[in-house]
Amino acid sequence: MTGRETIPGSGSENGTLIRIDHITKTYLLGEVEVHALRGVSLQVTQGEFLAIMGASGSGKSTFMNILGCLDVPTKGQYLLEDIDVGKLSRDELAQIRNREIGFVFQGFNLLSRTSALENVELPLLYCAMSNKTRKEKAIEALERVGLADRMHHFPNQLSGGQQQRVAIARALVNDPSIILADEPTGNLDSRTSVEVMGIFQELNNHGITVLLVTHEPDIAQFAKRHLVFRDGKVRADRANSTPRLASEILKELPEIDEEEEA
Amino acid sequence: MKILNILLSAFRALRRNKMRSFLTMLGIIIGVAAVIAMLAIGQGAEYSVKEQISALGTNVLIVFPGSQQQSGLRMGAGTMTTLTEEDAQAIARECPAVAYVSPGTRAGGQVIAGNLNWATGIEGTGADYLEIRKWNVEYGEFYSDQDVKAAAKVCILGKTVADNLFPDASPVGQNVRIRNVPFKVIGVLEKKGQNAMGQDQDDIIIVPYTTVLRRLSHYPYLRQILVSATSQANIAAAQSQITELLRMRHKVAAYDADDFTIRNQSDLAATATATTQILTILLASIASVSLLVGGIGIMNIMLVSVTERTREIGIRMSVGARGRDILTQFLIEALVLSLLGGIVGIIIGVVGSSAISNFAKWPTIITFFSIFLSFGFSIAIGIFFGFYPARKAALLNPIDALRYE
Repeated sequence: MTGRETIPGSGSENGTLIRIDHITKTYLLGEVEVHALRGVSLQVTQGEFLAIMGASGSGKSTFMNILGCLDVPTKGQYLLEDIDVGKLSRDELAQIRNREIGFVFQGFNLLSRTSALENVELPLLYCAMSNKTRKEKAIEALERVGLADRMHHFPNQLSGGQQQRVAIARALVNDPSIILADEPTGNLDSRTSVEVMGIFQELNNHGITVLLVTHEPDIAQFAKRHLVFRDGKVRADRANSTPRLASEILKELPEIDEEEEA
Repeated sequence: MKILNILLSAFRALRRNKMRSFLTMLGIIIGVAAVIAMLAIGQGAEYSVKEQISALGTNVLIVFPGSQQQSGLRMGAGTMTTLTEEDAQAIARECPAVAYVSPGTRAGGQVIAGNLNWATGIEGTGADYLEIRKWNVEYGEFYSDQDVKAAAKVCILGKTVADNLFPDASPVGQNVRIRNVPFKVIGVLEKKGQNAMGQDQDDIIIVPYTTVLRRLSHYPYLRQILVSATSQANIAAAQSQITELLRMRHKVAAYDADDFTIRNQSDLAATATATTQILTILLASIASVSLLVGGIGIMNIMLVSVTERTREIGIRMSVGARGRDILTQFLIEALVLSLLGGIVGIIIGVVGSSAISNFAKWPTIITFFSIFLSFGFSIAIGIFFGFYPARKAALLNPIDALRYE
C-alpha cells in the first residue's frame, strides 16, 4: 500500500483533515426554499472511519455532496486540508475531486461497455501521466481489491460485489486522502456487503480516511465513529469503541457464493 | 487529457452507435460530395467555354467608333469622329503587330433571286476578311483587292442564304438583287453554325465594303475595323499601336478619352469565364446548403448523445474531469464525425464527378482547391455545430448529471 507520503496541510494542528463550520444548504424548488442543512459543524481527523447515518431527507446526502466538492454550501466554511473549498472555481473543485477524494456510490456508477481496467484508469486520464504509468497504477489498484484477474471484464460480466470493488479501485487509484462512500452496500447481499466493508477497513488501517453514508445500523457498526443526521442537523456524534471486524465475521459466514457457483 | 486518448475514446463512443453515426455522417458525406461534384461540373464548363472561345481566334481585335452618345454630348453631331477607310488603310500600313485588316460596314435588306427573296444582313468587308475570321469558301471564290477597289458588284452567300434563295441549283454564277442593285454570286461560305450568342452566322451575304459604302448605304464611315494581330502574344502591342495611330489621326487631345473602342476576344473570354464562374458559385452554394443540413444533423445527434450520456458526464466529473475536458471530448466526437464524413464525401465526389464525365459526356475538373475547400468546410462544420452540445455537456452540474436517470 503506497499511502500518500506528503499531504498538503497534514502538518496543521492535530492532523485535522476536514473542518466544517456552521454550513447551511438551501435549495430553491420553484418558489419554496428547502433547507437541506441547517448549520452543521464537524471536524474529521486524518485516518478516521466515520459512518454518517440518518433517514432519507435528513440532509446526509447533501452533506456528502458538499464533502465531496460536488456541491458548495450556501453559508458557512468548509476547509479541506486548510483549503477553503467555498472559494474555489469549478475547475479547482474538479482538481480536488481528482486528487484528494475517491467516490464510491450505491449504484457503482461504472462506465458500461468499458473494461474494469479502463474504468479504474478514468481518474488518471484527467491528470498528466504517461499511458504506461496509468496502466500500472490501475492494475495496482485492482490488485488491492483482489480483482486483477478480472481487469478486462466489462461491468455487465461482473457480479455486484465485483463491480463495487472496481468502483473502490477507481476511488483509490489516485491515492486520495479521503474515500467517500454513499450507501456502498445498498445494492449488495449481506455477505458481499461484509466483504466490501472489509476492504474499507483494510484501507482505513493503511491511513486513508473513510466517510460512509448508510442507513443500515449493521453496516455502521464497522465504523469507528457515528454521526446521526436529522432534519439537516447533526443530532448525535459518538465514537464506536468496538467496531465489528469484517475479517472475523467473514470467517464465520458460510461461503454461499462458492457453493452456488459450484 | 491527451488528444490521442480523447480521439480513441471518441472513436469508441461513435462505434457504439454504428448506425446512428453512419446516418449522421451521411449528411456530411452527401454535402461534401455534392460540393465537390458541383465545383467539378462548374469548372469543367468554365474550361470548355474557354476552349471554344480560343478556337474562334484569340488574336482578333475589333475597332469600333466611339459611342455616338458620348461624342454627341460633347461636341455635337457635326464633329463626330468615326472610322474611315483611310483609318483602316493606315492601320494596315503603319502598325507592325497587325497581320490583316478588314474594314467593315453593314447594311440590311431584302435579297431577291428569281422568284424567291430573303431578308438578311449584308456585311461589307475587305478582301482579307476570311483570313481574320478563319473561315473558308465552300464553292466558288472570294473577291480580290481589285474587286474591293473597284467596288465590284459581287457577293458571297452564307450557307443559310444560299439554301433559301437557291434551294435546288448551285448559286455560283447566278445573279441576286440587293436593294434593286444586281450582284453576281461568286462563292458560298462554309457552314459555321451559331455563334456564342446563339445567332446564325450563316445568315449573311458578304460583299466588298466599298460596294456597300458607295452603292448601298451611301454612308461614308465604317462600322468597325476587323484586325488580326501577327500572333496571340502581339495582341497587346497591336492594340496600343492602333490606339496611338487612331488618336493621332483623329487628333484626340492628350487629356481626352479615345473616340473609338478596341475590343478583343480575350475580353469576350473574360466575360464568358465570369459567367461560368457565377454558375460554379451558384452550383456550389446550392450544394453547400446540404452541407449545412448535414451539420445540423451532427448538432442534433450530439445533443441526443449528451442527454443520453449525462450520467457518464457526471461520473467523469466526479472523478475530476473539468468542464473543458468534457467540452473537448464532445467537440472531438463531433469533429471525428464531420471529418470522416468529409473524407468519404470527397472520395464519393471525385468518383461521382468522373462518372458524370464518362456517362453524361460533360467535362468535369477537380481541383485541389475544391478538395481543400470541402475538407476545411467539414472541419468548420464539426466545430461550429459540435460546440453548442459540447458546451451544454461541459456546463452540467456534477450532482445533477450523476443523479440523471
